[in-house]
Amino acid sequence: MIKPLPLWHYLTRYVDGLLLIGILLLMLTGLFTLYSATDANVIRVTNQALNMLVALGIMWLVANIPLQHIMRIALPIYVTGLLLLVGVALFGEINNGARRWLNIGVTRIQPSELMKIAVPLMMAWYFDKHEATLRLRDYAIATLLLLLPVVMILRQPDLGTALLIASSGFFVLFLTGLSWRIMAALFVAGVGSLPVIWSIMHNYQRRRVITLLDPTQDALGAGYHTIQSTIAIGSGGLLGKGWQQGTQAHLDFLPEKSTDFVFAVFSEEFGLIGNSLLLLLYLAVTARGMIIAANASTQFTRLIAGSITLTFSTYVFVNIGMVIGILPVVGVPLPLISYGGTSMVTMLLGFGILMSIQMHPKLVKT
Amino acid sequence: MSRRVELRNHPRELHHFRSRLAISGGFVLLLFFILFARFFYLQVSKGEHYHTLAEANRISIAPIVPNRGLIFDRNGEVLAHNYSAYTLEIVPSKVANLEALIDELSTVIEIGARDRKRFRKLMDESKRFESLPIRTRLSDVEVARLAATRYRFPGVEIKARLFRQYPRGESASHVVGYIGRINDKDLEQLEADDALANYRGSQYMGKIGIEQSYEKELHGITGFEEMETDAAGRVIRIISRTPPVPGNNLTLSLDAKLQDVAEKAFGDRRGALVAIEPSTGDVLAFVSKPGFDLNLFVDGIDSENWDLLNNSIDRPLNNRALRGLYPPGSTFKPFMALAGLELNKRGLQHAINDPGYFSLPGSKHRFRDWKVGGHGVVDLHKSLVVSCDTYYYALANDLGIDNIFNFISQFGLGQKTGIDIDGEVAGLLPSQEWKMRRHKQKWYAGDTISVGIGQGYNLTTPLQLAFATAVLATQGTAFRPHLVKKILNNNNEVVREIATKPLFTLNLNPANMEAVQNALVDVTRPGGTAALAGAGAAYTFAGKTGTSQVVGIKQGERYVEDKVQERHRDHALFITYAPVENPRIALSVLVENGGHGGAAAAPIARLVMDYYLLGKLPEDAAAEIVGQVAEEDEHD
Repeated sequence: MIKPLPLWHYLTRYVDGLLLIGILLLMLTGLFTLYSATDANVIRVTNQALNMLVALGIMWLVANIPLQHIMRIALPIYVTGLLLLVGVALFGEINNGARRWLNIGVTRIQPSELMKIAVPLMMAWYFDKHEATLRLRDYAIATLLLLLPVVMILRQPDLGTALLIASSGFFVLFLTGLSWRIMAALFVAGVGSLPVIWSIMHNYQRRRVITLLDPTQDALGAGYHTIQSTIAIGSGGLLGKGWQQGTQAHLDFLPEKSTDFVFAVFSEEFGLIGNSLLLLLYLAVTARGMIIAANASTQFTRLIAGSITLTFSTYVFVNIGMVIGILPVVGVPLPLISYGGTSMVTMLLGFGILMSIQMHPKLVKT
Repeated sequence: MSRRVELRNHPRELHHFRSRLAISGGFVLLLFFILFARFFYLQVSKGEHYHTLAEANRISIAPIVPNRGLIFDRNGEVLAHNYSAYTLEIVPSKVANLEALIDELSTVIEIGARDRKRFRKLMDESKRFESLPIRTRLSDVEVARLAATRYRFPGVEIKARLFRQYPRGESASHVVGYIGRINDKDLEQLEADDALANYRGSQYMGKIGIEQSYEKELHGITGFEEMETDAAGRVIRIISRTPPVPGNNLTLSLDAKLQDVAEKAFGDRRGALVAIEPSTGDVLAFVSKPGFDLNLFVDGIDSENWDLLNNSIDRPLNNRALRGLYPPGSTFKPFMALAGLELNKRGLQHAINDPGYFSLPGSKHRFRDWKVGGHGVVDLHKSLVVSCDTYYYALANDLGIDNIFNFISQFGLGQKTGIDIDGEVAGLLPSQEWKMRRHKQKWYAGDTISVGIGQGYNLTTPLQLAFATAVLATQGTAFRPHLVKKILNNNNEVVREIATKPLFTLNLNPANMEAVQNALVDVTRPGGTAALAGAGAAYTFAGKTGTSQVVGIKQGERYVEDKVQERHRDHALFITYAPVENPRIALSVLVENGGHGGAAAAPIARLVMDYYLLGKLPEDAAAEIVGQVAEEDEHD
């Protein structure tokens, strides 16, 4: 038996091979699709590849950090994120009618992106602390921890991010074993508050919902995206039109075709077969995440692994759902495939945490 | 304490967590299955549908408008053709402030008030988002100037287009007709005819006359270019091209030179003339005076010219030959005479003594002859030569309205002839049934009397009279009058010839026909009512004068003081055919308010026949005859 090289051992020690294979396959799919979506724009594909490398590097780094350390910084990260959100609300830059970015001198940052990780971390940390004596009060506090940033992000306004953070928080609540009765009550309260939400929604958000219900109502305006992406997907048929052969994509009928609507490009060119394989790939990554969560040794690691995994599949569902016209158009990228560095980093940061949970020696509760 | 609780709770929590995780996993599976179901629906169930939509997105079809067919007269003279010219066009949907743009454009080339008005009219008529011409027929200098400043005017285009032109202007305007821009009403009609696809890209279509009735032949088949375009409408590549098929050319039966002679013979007078070749139904001349310049309509008439034409007391847009309704007056008498002979109500020897009026038995009402004191002893021959009214009052009474209607309707009076342009009216040959239907009244014996001299309820069009005269000329064989003789393709190969099979043949006694014809020949000889027009003719012709009473001011006319007197005068009519041995031309002439048929209408017919039969162009002497007013006792 050949002894592994020390460097190789050093590099792979905390890397979960199965998860990595899934991630790399998705990234590869992403690069191919992007190459087609950008009309063979090598510069953008290279850019995206660099984004991926950076994100993989960050994943590797995080995977090497033992969870106790990560747990320790949950509260400070959360508080910092919250302060930054306040900063955005007060001094944020307005872009396209939304106040999402904060200029901190050297660069502009989008604190809501940070909260995608910080919120589940904080909630998992909180539940871990109160593991022994979970009472209704703890759930109320945890919910408050969740709602605070969600409401602030909603007001930016950034419906997509707010919803995703809310769901990542909800997954934590759900996984801790929040009673069904309370969830039912929350559900009723949520449905009941729909009119209220509708009344505080921005016009463009309302339009998106209306557009979802009937895209033809505004075929050249807000409905145009959904109509064209639906045509692209439907016309792909069983086998697809072939790589780089999608007419909807290449004749510019598809909007946002390398970012939020990249799935339409993939789907037009690879058809139902391609779609099914991609879904299976996402499902495999999700399954691996769940296995990691199920085997995690502490409340904190279990909750955080579960939340990250479920949020990942939520991303997939929301993005594809919006592209195929069953969900409103909210700015959610397709994980590991959509062009863009920020979401890629956030996503792989989460996977880094999963790997850390899986690969570091498990602490047995004593 | 707390340690114990922790130990106790640990497995329970893990269990909780794992069951919740399993539920979540199930939920994820469910959501992914929803995605898959939707994929299946879009890509398999509805795949074909979306494929079609994607193709529709990708492929745009640009129509290639075919060249419109040309129109020639029977000798190859051009009546309508196309020429290429540049137009300045604006796409209103691409322009924010039209007024400002037009003002700006007028600093580069001349844009007159008429151009603006016409443009506004076009915009009102057309809801299609297309480019509309603000100026047509640009000069080279104008094109150059515009090309240099084009960047200043988004939504403005210079286009090379084919224009319709009518080189003969006013001549035969009612026959040839004109094309005009396709308006919303036309679109509805095209859609109803399922012809809309063939008009993609077409901007013009025939509106009246031959241009309208032969629209299907003239238009041609639109070609298509299939192009792949991107979302911005840029053409990526041409996929396929189907060339257009040019419209067919038309050769009319009309003789343009004869038409000219006839139109000139009218001078400034209003009226109509229809000349038919009896043996074929070819319409040789078809005059409605006054006419109008067809070219005014080609790219949308401006409102000033339109008002001028539309409001004129002379009603130049009215096709008098096709749609004008006039009592036939004494031109009705040859048909009455024939009815008397054929139905054995009159013999050639039978004569009456004309006291100058006719009264029904037991009635004091007198139907007066035009000649005070009467014509003395009158037989059938004389009744036509001197146009005796009393003879026909009595004959009408003896025949009765049913016989008159049944016999004379055989000659096509009171019916459409079926000529190949639209808008023909039927006229009116009265009958008992008609009066009951129209006036809810029974027919009185007194109604019949004035019908006998072509008055009363009688109304005919000049076209009908010419048709009936042609039937007279052939001794009873009728051919449908037609303006188009041949339809030719773009290489001038004959596609179709208008059939000249007899429409019907009347079974008439040749002896009776001859008797009537002899009388009609004598009409044009000394002693006849058209003796003046017949003087010195190198051929023998049969004719009958007529005068129809103008009852009052016709509807649609305005009261204009100095015109009223003239417009109360009688209409002058003349029907004729020549030469009697082998008739080559039959015609009807109507001069509105012309007075006596022999003096006003017959000389016009003579000029037309002289040209057609002898090739004689109207000389000064002949022109004088036309202008002359009869002073002798010739009357209708």
